[in-house]
Amino acid sequence: MQTVSNLRERRLPTGSEGGVGMTTSALRDLANRHPDRVDKQPFLEVVDLRVHFPTDDGLVKSVDGLSFALDRGKTLGIVGESGSGKSVTSLAIMGLHTRPASEQTRPGAQLSGEIYLEGDELLAKTPEYVRGLRGKRMAMIFQDPLSAMNPYYTVGHQIIEAYQIHNPVNKKAARKHAIDMLGRVGIPEPSRRVDAYPHQFSGGMRQRAMIAMALSCDPDLLIADEPTTALDVTVQAQILDLIRDLQREFNSSVVLITHDLGVVAELADDVLVMYAGRAMEYGSADQLFNRPAHPYTWGLLGSMPRFDRARSERLLAITGSPPSLINVPPGCPFHPRCAYAARNGGLSEEVRPELVPVEPGHIVACHLSETDREQIWEHEIAPKL
Amino acid sequence: MFAYIVRRLLWAVLLLIVLSMVTFSIFYLIPRLGGATPETLATRYVGRAATPETVHLTAERLGFLDPVPVQYWHWLKGVFVGADFDYGAGVEHCPAPCFGYSFITKQPVWPELLDRAPVTISLTIGAAIIWLVAGVSIGVISALRRGTVFDRGAMGVALAGVSLPIFFTGLIALAFFSYKLGITAPGGTYVPFSQNPALWAYSLLLPWITLAFLFSAQYARLTRAGMLETMSEDYIRTARAKGLPERRVILKHALRGALTPVLTIFGLDVGLLLGGAVLTEKTFSLNGLGKYAYDGIVNGDLPKILGVTLVAGFFVIMANLFVDLLYGVIDPRVRLE
Repeated sequence: MQTVSNLRERRLPTGSEGGVGMTTSALRDLANRHPDRVDKQPFLEVVDLRVHFPTDDGLVKSVDGLSFALDRGKTLGIVGESGSGKSVTSLAIMGLHTRPASEQTRPGAQLSGEIYLEGDELLAKTPEYVRGLRGKRMAMIFQDPLSAMNPYYTVGHQIIEAYQIHNPVNKKAARKHAIDMLGRVGIPEPSRRVDAYPHQFSGGMRQRAMIAMALSCDPDLLIADEPTTALDVTVQAQILDLIRDLQREFNSSVVLITHDLGVVAELADDVLVMYAGRAMEYGSADQLFNRPAHPYTWGLLGSMPRFDRARSERLLAITGSPPSLINVPPGCPFHPRCAYAARNGGLSEEVRPELVPVEPGHIVACHLSETDREQIWEHEIAPKL
Repeated sequence: MFAYIVRRLLWAVLLLIVLSMVTFSIFYLIPRLGGATPETLATRYVGRAATPETVHLTAERLGFLDPVPVQYWHWLKGVFVGADFDYGAGVEHCPAPCFGYSFITKQPVWPELLDRAPVTISLTIGAAIIWLVAGVSIGVISALRRGTVFDRGAMGVALAGVSLPIFFTGLIALAFFSYKLGITAPGGTYVPFSQNPALWAYSLLLPWITLAFLFSAQYARLTRAGMLETMSEDYIRTARAKGLPERRVILKHALRGALTPVLTIFGLDVGLLLGGAVLTEKTFSLNGLGKYAYDGIVNGDLPKILGVTLVAGFFVIMANLFVDLLYGVIDPRVRLE
């Protein structure tokens, strides 16, 4: 597990503003929502995404006005607690939510907003069009590779299937490709293991096979939803290394969804902190780890266990639990759990904070004044991290 | 694998012997609890008007006076090496496998079983194919259209199918389709397949459909439940994420998992029916194993009952073995290493 101080040291020498600078204008525009921005097109751009699920208890607003942008070859980490809308966002990008009134077994989702993949607005496209993109231009890795692979078919068969659906090749060529992919993700004896079933693989091997399946069509966008959560710590590091290496090799953009800040520090160029379906803070990894500006981000950083702190010291845990997504608290959704909400004279309880830039490429949705924020960070939070 | 099958077959033989013992005991011992004597049993074969001497002689000749274990031993020996019977008109030899002579018709049981088995097999196989195809398709469509008119309608009809007995639906169907409309064969018709396949199918069409209606209802419900379960599996989401067309996701990835429980029940049902679809055969007056068993039970004709019981037991055990082996094909996780 990375410690925050380690992260900071790692980040400081390499934490150039260059990577972030590329999206700075986009970020500023997203914060201010200028619809007429035409100068630069990010690879993936999500604008004011809303995903709502009608249920018997009311409307569940899983994602409620989320915007972000991702350049080619870059990695965006989306961080948040369970139920903050991370996975729902990724499924929305992949087009895997079912619209209402369709004949499906899952309750339908109401989606609005825009999702651009290289300028192609996906939400307006037909399901069939998006299906053609899935697996080919955008692929996904899931949390638990055991349940995410079909137990009834061999690993090879499942990779071959993914490859053949988008590439007009015969079975033999597809099989050769599958063996090739298994070798590339570091599975020993791929020509033998290709005929094994998922249950015959170890957890790490299964995740490697999942990655091989996802990358089989050389997608431009890879969404990794908690790719290491179900794995041993030692295997986690291997998988993260693998994702990084393959990303360089294929020059894919990666959306990395996790609740583990160590994983984000390992891979992400940019970080988006989500809470109750909204962005709380968004900036480069350097900014998020070295100059976090939102109390929720402080809480996430403070919740990370560390070796270099006395055991008697308490973690800076976030009190309370995530809010109901049906009755999201008015004002700032985080205010019931925020230690500093009282400083804003009732503003946090009543007015929803807009995302505003605190420095170039770094936006935060918080009512704290700049002086308050800097003072709290410097005197109360930073010394404890 | 081979050793496994041999072991299962040896178990099957043992199981059949136990089954025959139990049937034998039930037939002889339970009536004695109610005060019946060997003579009471014999009376049923010679008629109430017979003199006590005749009754006693008959009981002696049929071996009813021997202790039950001895009677069982004679019967078991007959199955393996054949037996000789004395019905008063000279000694008759019954070659192995000898399941004895019917008390009533004085005909050996085994040739009768062989004679009637094709009827039951024809009835079962035809109906099984219909109910499997219909039940699974309706179940899949219902699951995919959960809550729609189709789903509610199909499940309502399925409930009716499960609840209505075959002698009700069968008689209604006969009255309507065969006797009013005249589009299906009347009851009691059976043309062997070897004689005329078209007439064979025509003669069995109504029994097939009636029997299949009863079963497909159950299969539709089972498939629907299984599909709803597998459709929410993570690997279905993965299959969609790969960009597979929805049709392929359903038919290839979801259906396979949903079919495992269906297959289990299918094996048992087919095995049971092969041993005699009693109600169906009786309703449609088909001379199959079920009707044979029915006649045996009505007349207290032990050799008939024992014969059909063992054949039924054999089919159920075989069907189970077949299903177990098929599991390995369907689900690689249970494959024998």
